[in-house]
Amino acid sequence: MKANRFFDWLMSREGIYYVLLAFLLVVIFPLALDAFRLNMIGKYLTYAFAALGLVLCWGRSGILSLGQGIFFGLGGYCMAMFLKLEASSPENTAIQSTPGIPDFMDWNQLTALPWFWEPFHSFSFTLIAVVAVPALLALIIAVAMFKRRVGGVYFAIITQAIAAILTILIIGQQGFTGGVNGITDLRTLMGWDIRTDEAKTALYFVCVGMLFLCLIIGAWVMRSKLGRILLAMRDQEDRVRFSGYDVASFKIFVFCLAAMFAGIGGAMFTLQVGFMSPSFVGIVPSIEMVILCAVGGRNSLLGAIYGALIVNAAKTFFSESFPELWLYGLGVLFIAVVLAFPDGLAGLYRRYVMPLESKLPALLRRNGGNAPTLPVEETK
Amino acid sequence: MFADYTMTELTSIFAMQGFAGLSLFSIFVLMALGLAIIFGQMGVINMAHGEFMILGAYTTYLTAQVFESLMPGLYGGYFFVAMFLAFVVTFALGALVEWLMIRHLYHRPLDTLLATWGLSLILQQTYRSVFGAREVGVSLPDWMMGSIAVTDLVEIPINGIFVMVLALLIAFAVYLLMYRSGWGRKVRAVVQNRPMAEAVGIDSGRVDRVTFALGCGIAGVAGSAFTMIGSTGPTSGQLYIVDTFLVVVFGGAQSLLGTIASAFTISQAQSTMEFFLSGSMAKVLTLLVVVGILMLRPQGLFAMKVRR
Repeated sequence: MKANRFFDWLMSREGIYYVLLAFLLVVIFPLALDAFRLNMIGKYLTYAFAALGLVLCWGRSGILSLGQGIFFGLGGYCMAMFLKLEASSPENTAIQSTPGIPDFMDWNQLTALPWFWEPFHSFSFTLIAVVAVPALLALIIAVAMFKRRVGGVYFAIITQAIAAILTILIIGQQGFTGGVNGITDLRTLMGWDIRTDEAKTALYFVCVGMLFLCLIIGAWVMRSKLGRILLAMRDQEDRVRFSGYDVASFKIFVFCLAAMFAGIGGAMFTLQVGFMSPSFVGIVPSIEMVILCAVGGRNSLLGAIYGALIVNAAKTFFSESFPELWLYGLGVLFIAVVLAFPDGLAGLYRRYVMPLESKLPALLRRNGGNAPTLPVEETK
Repeated sequence: MFADYTMTELTSIFAMQGFAGLSLFSIFVLMALGLAIIFGQMGVINMAHGEFMILGAYTTYLTAQVFESLMPGLYGGYFFVAMFLAFVVTFALGALVEWLMIRHLYHRPLDTLLATWGLSLILQQTYRSVFGAREVGVSLPDWMMGSIAVTDLVEIPINGIFVMVLALLIAFAVYLLMYRSGWGRKVRAVVQNRPMAEAVGIDSGRVDRVTFALGCGIAGVAGSAFTMIGSTGPTSGQLYIVDTFLVVVFGGAQSLLGTIASAFTISQAQSTMEFFLSGSMAKVLTLLVVVGILMLRPQGLFAMKVRR
């Protein structure tokens, strides 16, 4: 019964889009692109994790977080700490004055591993930490804010301030975090060299797999009763509260979920790119994650993934060829997406392509019957 | 951490760091005043506020260049001309931005944040193309150089005092404008109840535009003052924007007095701690405490009582 329902959904119109995306990521990109470009696509997709979280958190529930970089960074740093410890085995670091600790600690005259680095010798602990650390910080922030009914603009500013604080902290505590350079020179994962082309391709598929896991969780949340409550909360918070729902708990849940997604994205970023630095934590990357989500369509999970791919590809293209133009382009993109098409690419698609799509089978069959159209979601 | 110093040394340290903190305080006040008007009164988040300030700074720089090459004799007075020009330029740009962008977004505050962030990127890149990526500075006129020695250990630079006095004067002027003038009454009326304000004949669209432009104009003056104590680069404005938003929120968004008090608290805390800890840790601690207090008391220090 359950499998049958899943099959029906897969064959439905919505299911087709998921299948198309999977086809694009699993078949077309690996076949069409060389290992270097595929690795770049994998890097773009790690931002899509954060964008997915923002769809749930911002598009669906109306909570704008300007701090997704915090969680992305925490996830990435957890993974980087594990890889760094593996790369700094006593044999590899024999020339240091204290062998067996990461090189940047040695440069900063540290003689012992700090206590919070110790558990990262364990891979299973690291895997848990990648989601648990961002979720825990998100929980603290969310409980403190939402239980006091702080939301909207104030929440955005506070999360942005926390992103700034974390960046300054990481840069300032050079001996513990690698400072402004971040944690670099990562080599192996459980003895498996992650710098080879084969490893990078394998990691790309792991990344796509994780992305689809998050995507399915997100789609489930959107379709469930929980998703409806979130939507109602965004549009009429007081009515939801007066209907007896504990609004704060729902907000806390969705914010933590978004943080976990971003954390996974960060860890995948570290694995594929081979380093982690504070420049992926602060205010600017956090707000760029929002624009990925906004360009794709703040109400559409699939849109967020396409948004992440397209914006990042454009960023790479322009910063390689016309570095001057990129900031103008990004600025115009921010303004345009807000003023001209607030529903992003997904909105444009629903408006212009979908009507054509429903005409298509009718034209082919020449019976003039109208296929049913999906309702268009309105943004507030 | 205090044990290594004698009492007199500690007093001097606090005094010195206190005065050093005053220049940070002046920047905070000048930037936060404009933001407090735009954010507190209109609910618009202007992420490009720092860039408006830098526009004022560049205007001042250009004015100084013109005075230096054309009328070096009058150089001592260039600052007052520059300040006026900075206000006019940023006021005009503010009005333009409001007309093109902000007025379509009044009911979507989170979207103003994104749109103005986009604007800030465009402005930054424009500054970089026009003035170059390197920081520029103006040479101070003679009467602003030097410092006053209070005791053997404590010296106060004159330009710092000048900027602080300027900040307080502007704060006072804003107070008069908002609470003692007919125009300020209109602004507050629109903020409290837009339909009723319109019903009694206030052109709320015009009030919005002038309010936003005025906030930007004050940022321009802030930028002008900023050149007295620091050099100007394309991204200098962005450095202060997060701190300034915290200052405004911490003080209670709708209270001018709160803004000044919180600017004072934050700048002094940061400056004093900087002497004992590293600069970055001082900033982290200060911001953490502010964020912590805001989590416990989200309405800020001096909150207006509003029914929600």
